[in-house]
Amino acid sequence: MGAPLLEVENLKVHFETEDGLVKAVDGISYTVDRGQTLGIVGESGSGKSVSSLTVMGLTRSRNARISGTVRFNGKDLLGASEEDMRSIRGNDIAMIFQDPLSSLHPFYKVGAQIAEGVRAHRDVSKAQAWDRAVEMLSLVGIPEPRKRADAYPHEFSGGMRQRAMIAMALANDPKLLIADEPTTALDVTVQAQILELIERLQSEFDTAVVVITHDLGVVAEMADEISVMYAGRIVEKADTDTIFAAPEHPYTWGLLSSIPRLDASRDEELVPIPGRPPSLINLPGGCSFHPRCPYVREAHKKVDPKLEPVAGNPGHQSACLLDSSVRRKLWSELRTGVKPDEARADVMAAEEKAV
Amino acid sequence: MSIAASETSGSAPVAGEKIMEVDGLFKHFPIHAGFFRRQVGAVKAVDGISFDVMRGETLGLVGESGCGKSTTARLLLRLMAPTDGSIKFEGQEIADAKGPELKALRREMQMIFQDPYSSLNPRKTVGSIISDPFVIHGMHKEGGARKKAVQELMDIVGLNPEHYNRYPHEFSGGQRQRIGVARALALKPKVIVADEPVSALDVSIQAQVLNLLRDLQRDLGLTLIFIAHDLSVVRHMCDRVAVMYLGRIVELATSDQLYSHPRMPYTGALMSAVPVADPRLAAAKKRQVLTGDVPSPTNPPPGCRFHTRCWKAQEICRNEDPPLEPKDGGNLATCHFPLTDAEVLERVPTARNVES
Amino acid sequence: MAAYIARRLLWVVFLLFTITCITFVIFSVLPSGDPAVARAGRSPSPQLVEVIRVQLGLDKSKPEQFINYIGDILPFVGGNGIYLGFSYQNNTDVLPEILERLPVTIFLATGAVILWLSIGIPLGVLSAVKTGSALDRIAMGIALLFISAPVYFFGLVALYLFDDQIGIWPILPGNSAYGEADSLLGKAEALIMPWCVLAAAFAAIYARFLRGNLIDTLQEDYIRTARAKGLSERRVIFRHGVRAAITPIVTLLGLDIGILLGGAILTETVFNIPGIGRYAFNAITVSDLPVIQGTVLFGAFFIVMMSLIVDILYAFIDPRVRY
Ligand SMILES: Nc1ncnc2c1ncn2[C@@H]1O[C@H](COP(=O)(O)OP(=O)(O)OP(=O)(O)O)[C@@H](O)[C@H]1O
Ligand SMILES: Nc1ncnc2c1ncn2[C@@H]1O[C@H](COP(=O)(O)OP(=O)(O)O)[C@@H](O)[C@H]1O
Ligand code: SF4
Ligand code: SF4
Ligand SMILES: [Mg+2]
Ligand SMILES: [Mg+2]
Repeated sequence: MGAPLLEVENLKVHFETEDGLVKAVDGISYTVDRGQTLGIVGESGSGKSVSSLTVMGLTRSRNARISGTVRFNGKDLLGASEEDMRSIRGNDIAMIFQDPLSSLHPFYKVGAQIAEGVRAHRDVSKAQAWDRAVEMLSLVGIPEPRKRADAYPHEFSGGMRQRAMIAMALANDPKLLIADEPTTALDVTVQAQILELIERLQSEFDTAVVVITHDLGVVAEMADEISVMYAGRIVEKADTDTIFAAPEHPYTWGLLSSIPRLDASRDEELVPIPGRPPSLINLPGGCSFHPRCPYVREAHKKVDPKLEPVAGNPGHQSACLLDSSVRRKLWSELRTGVKPDEARADVMAAEEKAV
Repeated sequence: MSIAASETSGSAPVAGEKIMEVDGLFKHFPIHAGFFRRQVGAVKAVDGISFDVMRGETLGLVGESGCGKSTTARLLLRLMAPTDGSIKFEGQEIADAKGPELKALRREMQMIFQDPYSSLNPRKTVGSIISDPFVIHGMHKEGGARKKAVQELMDIVGLNPEHYNRYPHEFSGGQRQRIGVARALALKPKVIVADEPVSALDVSIQAQVLNLLRDLQRDLGLTLIFIAHDLSVVRHMCDRVAVMYLGRIVELATSDQLYSHPRMPYTGALMSAVPVADPRLAAAKKRQVLTGDVPSPTNPPPGCRFHTRCWKAQEICRNEDPPLEPKDGGNLATCHFPLTDAEVLERVPTARNVES
Repeated sequence: MAAYIARRLLWVVFLLFTITCITFVIFSVLPSGDPAVARAGRSPSPQLVEVIRVQLGLDKSKPEQFINYIGDILPFVGGNGIYLGFSYQNNTDVLPEILERLPVTIFLATGAVILWLSIGIPLGVLSAVKTGSALDRIAMGIALLFISAPVYFFGLVALYLFDDQIGIWPILPGNSAYGEADSLLGKAEALIMPWCVLAAAFAAIYARFLRGNLIDTLQEDYIRTARAKGLSERRVIFRHGVRAAITPIVTLLGLDIGILLGGAILTETVFNIPGIGRYAFNAITVSDLPVIQGTVLFGAFFIVMMSLIVDILYAFIDPRVRY
């Protein structure tokens, strides 16, 4: 297998604000291969959107300080000229967003908005571009596409708008689709339609997909690999099955046990993560999750954990200072319904004495 | 007042006792057009629903956006007047309550809103937000009593009582939702309606608020009407669930019944659409994707309202409106051809779970 | 749409009626100079005043006077067409006087509108796109200056600097030149200074307004989408940004045109241009009530009509608006 399609290495996006330096993205690395789906999960403000917009070269604030490398098909994107980026955006890399209504221009017909994207990258006539728009609308399952192309976004339902966005994104056969919370604003039934559509188009055109969401269910259904983000960093990364079956980071555990699950007993207690996400200006020292982590130790407040492979599985990385064996014991206790504090007492007491 | 009523008041909730009875409830919002602004139609937001609310239970309302959940909630609380129908609260008709009667009703029923940001006045301290209901109803007037009552409430919902004088913006989303809960609890209401109380919150914070609501409901014996679009959350919170579609209740059952064997194809589709946070289950289930959109509530389809999107629809569905009646397993559902256990098993991940 | 326009027209009638009532109350009911005295000339005898009162119907009850007044204004009622009253100072009917001055006012307004749009819009766009740059700051600083200084001040400064008779650099025809010019070109030349003075303040307002709008618009999600499609920055800004940001300007423009057609009082007065504004100003200085009343009504008519036109235009500009 050749080089990965998208390679992000130690990407940092900091914003200089009056209150201080906002470390929205603070050194993340990931790769996406052709045809693969990467899921990025995290709470709001964890830097998911900023990181993906930066890949597209759309972080335009004057106060943004960007460093690291982003390579697409071997080509460096952060150093690319605006003209080069323009020819990549919407052509090789396309993006869809959370709120499909506000993401479409209210004054232009849906067909025109799709056709405009086609003509930005291909030397075709207006009529040809329009035909392509209609073809795309029909591909994403909009009934009577020729008629609907003539409608304005506000005349579409939420699901149809997101379909139109997808049609627009895929009109130039991109190699990579970045979907930033593509279904958050939609009903479950529509969400199911959209997820299915993305999956179908992906397998048809072998497009790589980066799906960004806060919904663990969505990545469980879509992603091959998952990166969990917390406060601007990736704290855990593994293939999807591993993230759900054998996660090795306390934050991931927290996420998994704070959502009610359809496949668990109804009386199961939810275990919330205490506290709230930190300010990105004054990140806590050491492990930035430590103020909310039930398993924190004195040393974790000073030492910043690196994202490192866990014992025995090089594809699975976690940024936690606990020993891999301890983490596994903790997870196996948590999984049987033991509360974090008790799990801590069970597993960690002996070691803590030793320290 | 009957003897039974005076006996039960103040004592522990009696299982199976109806606290609210809704019968044939309608809410149509008129649409006007033309030179004389004549009424040319109506948004049939709530179109003939009947159900009971039991004292001390948590009743869930689910359904797609626009199906009439919030409108139903507002009608129950009499925040708006119904077009037609009857709502009884503790045996008393409240559908046409006015003035003082309505004000008295406000003490019995309270609402918690979705958006913890916009539902709190930014220029008021938390203390005065929570004590608003006291002021309106002239309670705890004696010096210091009001503050004490408010601080007790803050303690109950897990806010630091010392933060009495802070402003909403100094709190996080989850804490703001706690403020909303404290305000709703102030008058010791019997019924609380929570309209999407966690939809605007982060995943890790959601659980805090859900646990709080569940504990309060149990400890205080509250009757909770819980509206959410997230089916996993509803299952976790509710004893019984009503599924709404285009202004109607299409299925009503206990959570266990509903999630292990939904009978209405629409409920089945809803459940099958929920992404499950378990890759193996996700891979195993057959995702039932509904085609098309919800028809307009101005002009709902004749017969079974779901027939335009139903994969089991037959001729009769287009003509005859199925009544809400008991089906296999005890669910009340409106369907001529309810789902069979085999169909359920194929599509609904929770059914699988219950089976094993 | 047709029903909407019909209802709006009814509304226009109602508004104009209300304005008529208000002007009637202000000028006839409130004790502000007796028209009969004004009509009677210098130190008249009480008997003469009384005769005139009867002649003018001022001896009738106020409601009766009002009905007569309305009857005068309405065409097809009272047999005198649209009748806005009679100026006792000039011994002329008001309406023909106004209509005679209308072309001048229209000429002044049109030129100014064209001028301020062609300065204000590009400046607003440029400032928004280059927010915080030196150009933006200088442009907005100057704009603030023009907005805060009154027109008559700038008018006088302009005359002082450029007037061909009294100016430091006597390059442009100034005060009273319009009335004296006999060719169209000459008249246009005479209006150069008024146009500029009038347009300066408006261009400043429009530039600031558009800048603010465009800055907000460029934060919109659909602008992000446009960039994500790989459109050129030019296209993003003009086709997507400006197209949306400029829409509210239509409202502003409609009202401003309405106001100006009612007479640019200050500008016309400073430059002594024989338009409706100066007519009204002169009437004010000599308390010529029928003229004041007439010009107010006439101005109100334009404003109300323009706002109707704007609302109808919106249905064409913004596809989300449907009546
Ligand atoms: N004041 C109103 N005037 C006209 N139509 C209304 C009004 N309020 C609600 N509706 C309509 O009634 C229907 C039901 O609305 P409701 O708010 O109850 O939906 P919901 O189920 O709460 O949806 P969501 O999940 O989006 O909150 C919708 O079609 C809505 O547009
Ligand atoms: N232009 C900006 N200036 C300052 N801070 C910003 C800017 N853009 C984003 N941020 C901050 O960066 C953080 C990450 O944002 P984002 O990537 O949008 O989070 P999410 O994970 O919800 O997508 C947030 O705290 C946000 O406030
Ligand atoms: S390093 Fe320590 S504080 Fe951080 S996640 Fe691991 S256990 Fe928790
Ligand atoms: S009645 Fe018919 S259309 Fe309606 S849900 Fe049942 S099978 Fe489907
Ligand atoms: Mg985001
Ligand atoms: Mg609602």
